[in-house]
Amino acid sequence: MHVTTDHDRCVGSGQCAMQSPEVFDQDDDGLVVVLQERPGAELLEEVHRAVELCPSQSIHVTG
Amino acid sequence: MTQSAEPAGGTASPYPQFPMRRTCPFSEPDEYAGLRADEPVSRASLKVNGKETWLVTRHEHVKQVLGDPRVSSNLKRPGYPHQFHISEEMLAHVRLMMLSMDPPEHTAQRRMLIPEFTARRTKAMRPRIQEVVDERIDAMLAAGGPVDLVQALALPVPSLTICELLGVPYGDHAQFEEWSAALMNHDLSPEEYGAAVQALDMYLDKLVTLKETEPGDDLISRFLEKNRTEQAADHLDVVTMARMMLVGGHETTANMIALGVLALLEHPDHMAELRSDETLLPNAVEELLRVFSISDSGTARVAIEDIEVGGVTIRAGEGILALNNAADHDETVFADPGTLDFHRKEARSHLAFGYGIHQCMGANLARAELEIVYSTLLRRIPGLRLAVPAEELRYKDDAMVYGVYDLPVTW
Ligand code: HEM
Ligand code: SF4
Repeated sequence: MHVTTDHDRCVGSGQCAMQSPEVFDQDDDGLVVVLQERPGAELLEEVHRAVELCPSQSIHVTG
Repeated sequence: MTQSAEPAGGTASPYPQFPMRRTCPFSEPDEYAGLRADEPVSRASLKVNGKETWLVTRHEHVKQVLGDPRVSSNLKRPGYPHQFHISEEMLAHVRLMMLSMDPPEHTAQRRMLIPEFTARRTKAMRPRIQEVVDERIDAMLAAGGPVDLVQALALPVPSLTICELLGVPYGDHAQFEEWSAALMNHDLSPEEYGAAVQALDMYLDKLVTLKETEPGDDLISRFLEKNRTEQAADHLDVVTMARMMLVGGHETTANMIALGVLALLEHPDHMAELRSDETLLPNAVEELLRVFSISDSGTARVAIEDIEVGGVTIRAGEGILALNNAADHDETVFADPGTLDFHRKEARSHLAFGYGIHQCMGANLARAELEIVYSTLLRRIPGLRLAVPAEELRYKDDAMVYGVYDLPVTW
């Protein structure tokens, strides 16, 4: 699993950081930062929840 | 066009009237299930002015509309589905809140405010919210029941939280709270109401002026500081932004506090479950937000280009209500949607805070307030119960934000 985000689209809702705090955080501007680009399979479910809940469709998972 | 349709009585429009009533406070209006099944994108006539709008009722379509850059939130655009009386002249003079802006203005202002509401920042506000809640419950216990929970707890908690956020000096808290409570008091005369609106506006104006010269550790001061380089807002924009925080965060949260407590009192098994397992709390809050979806039609838009939703073409200039309460009872997403279930796995997929670029900025803060209020009440007043029969409660049926007017409780 490879996680990427689109910083320009992010609206800083923090849904990802609440849903999957090991993978996502918010920087000083409140925008998304990825803590682990290749999280382990045990985090797959919560990362997919973050993708679904992100209001601006800024999170992408491949592989 | 039915521009001249009678708002009440003589129904010139062939379409159903909006808003539709919730016959049960814990569910959606009865008509929604049928609309979702048979005509998920349908026409309706607004009760307040007889104008027509689209209603969007499926979860998938509500997300689609709110995520589409070809729809606008600008209430000055012709065709925007207004849900309260506002004259053309007043409309022309209104200063837009961020809530009603489109990109790029919306993006510029939202980016300046995002850092105030991050998951981390919200967490840091929790101890102070806890203190506020404890003080109010101390006062309730000292006074003894019955008390109206709306006045005693539901209104003051969000009001004081916003005070702290905006940096209202401590000495002004009581006055601020009085005015902001007046905005939610349906028993006031139009004159009294108007006076409270004006007093609060003047106060916010003065507050912003104060922060311009004497900045503090608060949202308004930080906004002004950033604005010095960004130059995105003038004085009136900052006052309007402060008012948006009050309007957006006060009645909504207050209504959710009161309705959530009512739901717990009316579902004793759920209440017992929550009391015995506090780890259920975050999901219980999501589930309560879902079943009530109090700002159902707050997600209003107007199309700026033709768009297709569920096989229906919505034309440029037509109004759209993307109904989040209808979406949050969509049986394809939430099995048995009418049932309150604190274990529901998909509870968080609700759209009660909207979706897309305007998704509620205060969502994480509201979640924190709700968690703290519900858990503290359960812990500190275990014998809490309604002081009147539930049938006597009066609900905000025609208001834009659903709620209960009074909630007399005792213990
Ligand atoms: C349970 C409580 C709340 C509910 C149900 C709620 C609901 C909503 C909804 C549905 C929207 C989206 C409107 C749209 O798409 O046009 C929204 C936006 C907004 N809310 Fe909330 N809200 C709540 C609490 C708060 C709080 C506590 C604050 C701030 C202190 C707040 C501030 C805002 C702001 C500033 C926006 C505009 C965001 C934007 O335009 O980008 N809300 N809210
Ligand atoms: S959920 Fe989406 S919009 Fe919200 S902070 Fe994360 S990436 Fe940004």
